[in-house]
Amino acid sequence: MGILEVKDVGKRFGGLQALGDVNLSVKENSVHAIIGPNGAGKSTLLNCLVGKLIPDTGSVMFDGQSVLGRTPYEINQMGISRVFQTPEIFSDLSVMENMMIPCFAKRDGSFRMHAIENMMDEKDIVEKAEAMLVDMNMADKREMHAASMSRGDKRRLEIGMCLAQEPRLLLLDEPTAGMARADTNNTIDLLKQISDERDITIAIIEHDMHVVFSLAQRITVLAQGTPLVEDNPENIKGHPKVREAYLGESA
Amino acid sequence: MLGLNKKDMTLLIAVAVLTMFAPFFLNPFPTDSAMAQFNAGYPDLMQRFVIFGIFAIGFNILFGLTGYLSFGHAAFLGVGSYAAVWIFKLFTYNVVPAILLAVIVAAVFSVLMGYVSLRRSGIYFSILTLAFAQMMFALAYSVLSNPKFNLTNGETGLQVYPNDPQMFHPEGMQDFPHLFGLYMNSTYTMNVGPWAFDFNTGYYLCAVVMLAVFYLAIRIFRSPFGMMLRAIKSNQTRLNYTGLNPRPYTLAAFVISGAYAGLAGGLMAAMDPLAGAERMQWTASGEVVLMTILGGTGTLIGPVLGAGFIKYFENIFSKINDAVLHQWFAFLPDGLEDFVVFIIHPFVGKGWHLTLGILFMLVVIFLPGGLVEGGQRIGKWIKNRGKSEDSDAGPKTEPAE
Repeated sequence: MGILEVKDVGKRFGGLQALGDVNLSVKENSVHAIIGPNGAGKSTLLNCLVGKLIPDTGSVMFDGQSVLGRTPYEINQMGISRVFQTPEIFSDLSVMENMMIPCFAKRDGSFRMHAIENMMDEKDIVEKAEAMLVDMNMADKREMHAASMSRGDKRRLEIGMCLAQEPRLLLLDEPTAGMARADTNNTIDLLKQISDERDITIAIIEHDMHVVFSLAQRITVLAQGTPLVEDNPENIKGHPKVREAYLGESA
Repeated sequence: MLGLNKKDMTLLIAVAVLTMFAPFFLNPFPTDSAMAQFNAGYPDLMQRFVIFGIFAIGFNILFGLTGYLSFGHAAFLGVGSYAAVWIFKLFTYNVVPAILLAVIVAAVFSVLMGYVSLRRSGIYFSILTLAFAQMMFALAYSVLSNPKFNLTNGETGLQVYPNDPQMFHPEGMQDFPHLFGLYMNSTYTMNVGPWAFDFNTGYYLCAVVMLAVFYLAIRIFRSPFGMMLRAIKSNQTRLNYTGLNPRPYTLAAFVISGAYAGLAGGLMAAMDPLAGAERMQWTASGEVVLMTILGGTGTLIGPVLGAGFIKYFENIFSKINDAVLHQWFAFLPDGLEDFVVFIIHPFVGKGWHLTLGILFMLVVIFLPGGLVEGGQRIGKWIKNRGKSEDSDAGPKTEPAE
């Protein structure tokens, strides 16, 4: 029994069967990659996991509880954090404020009216956010305007914000898309470190095979909305079906 | 001090000094001089400065922090006024219960309006609030003022009549709103040489209330709640995927700003016990949007400046008529005098909106941060000018706070 169990999930958009009977099981404390060519339904699947889309059929269980019908913030409070393809951060806020918000969300839940206290007086939040900034190696950027950071830094901040919530499952949607090689390698190292040091399960959607094979312990290949194979990286590399999905019939 | 950092404390003290000594600052010209008509230190106008200041401070908590642009806030102002006048009619001329009820009633109405309107964002939210406010205006203007059930007294406006019950109004007291015996319209005039300074009870009540709610606004801006509101403006997607529900946060901001508007409405009725439906019209809602943008959206002091600026123009420029213009330009030859008056005429008197419109456009185009940004630029320019002799550091282009 994995921490995340996807059973027979199907999703239709008009005439397009985006997902058909997807079954997936992600083991606790592992790194699981979902790969597949363009249009394979990777992002649709991810959106079904976080509450952005509701699948037409099937079930999604996280740690024994169904996530279907819940809103994104409720699912997040259950322990699933998501990193977006283009970093989604609070660009108008400072880096420190960006880091404090998930700390508040973790401590106070989805809403708490604390309109009179000064936010810097919340010692536990400030300490936690500062420690997280140190972990993410960006303590020197504390007072910086988040919008003015580089793409790589924004990505690191976003991952840090997700980790500040101490999620049990971290979902990453092509975290290295559009990144320079050096930034990509930094992100790989960071994710490796996270998965080694923390009690966390990582599910990653990725195009870049270099990233997938350096991180994943288990890989699911998706093509035309259905999983082709699920195996460990060594077996996936030479699998004929995978080559066919990626390169076409004759290859 | 008071839980504020040094910078905010300085700002609060500056605002306190400005409001407490406003009768002096606003009357710089001797009473008999030709410039006396630019004096703004008379009670009626000073009261309006601070009352609209309160209105705009509250509006800024919603619009400045969350970015939700409401076009219906005048409705809460009007509701507050009606509530206050009803207290005067039924119970007492003491302003304390009137103002309290005004705030409560406005808050209740804003819960209803916010709950529905906040289901949408962006332009749809604005239109929903506008629709609500216009419905409330129509209710107040005609529907709720029929002979069987007269809640608002329609076109005439709600006012206190001699045959109203006024249960707790003691014999022998004047028929005017008061604070435990201090009448809102009582004014002490201090004559210093050719100058005259008016100290009005009503103004000082409004000023003290404004300082209190300005302080509250600073606390909200610096609180975790204020940070969440800015986060909503910045990126709602991230907020949702950070386990936070934006809806109650925006609703709370909406209700707080509605209560501020109700407070302003209650004070307005306390200064002059009359409430009319025109106070709720969409133009009045638009005015507070102008004030906030003109002063500086999302800044602490901006809305107050914007409110003062617009109210000054409304009252001073609209008083300049052709006779005054002729008097000013009497030194010119006759033909030229008429020509100059002809050119200036459309911009003053009834045409003051034209001047305001041009100024508003200039501010939005050249100073997107409003008057506050203008002030910051001037401050920076003075600083750099002082330094330029010993260092050639160019003007820094830091983002305005």
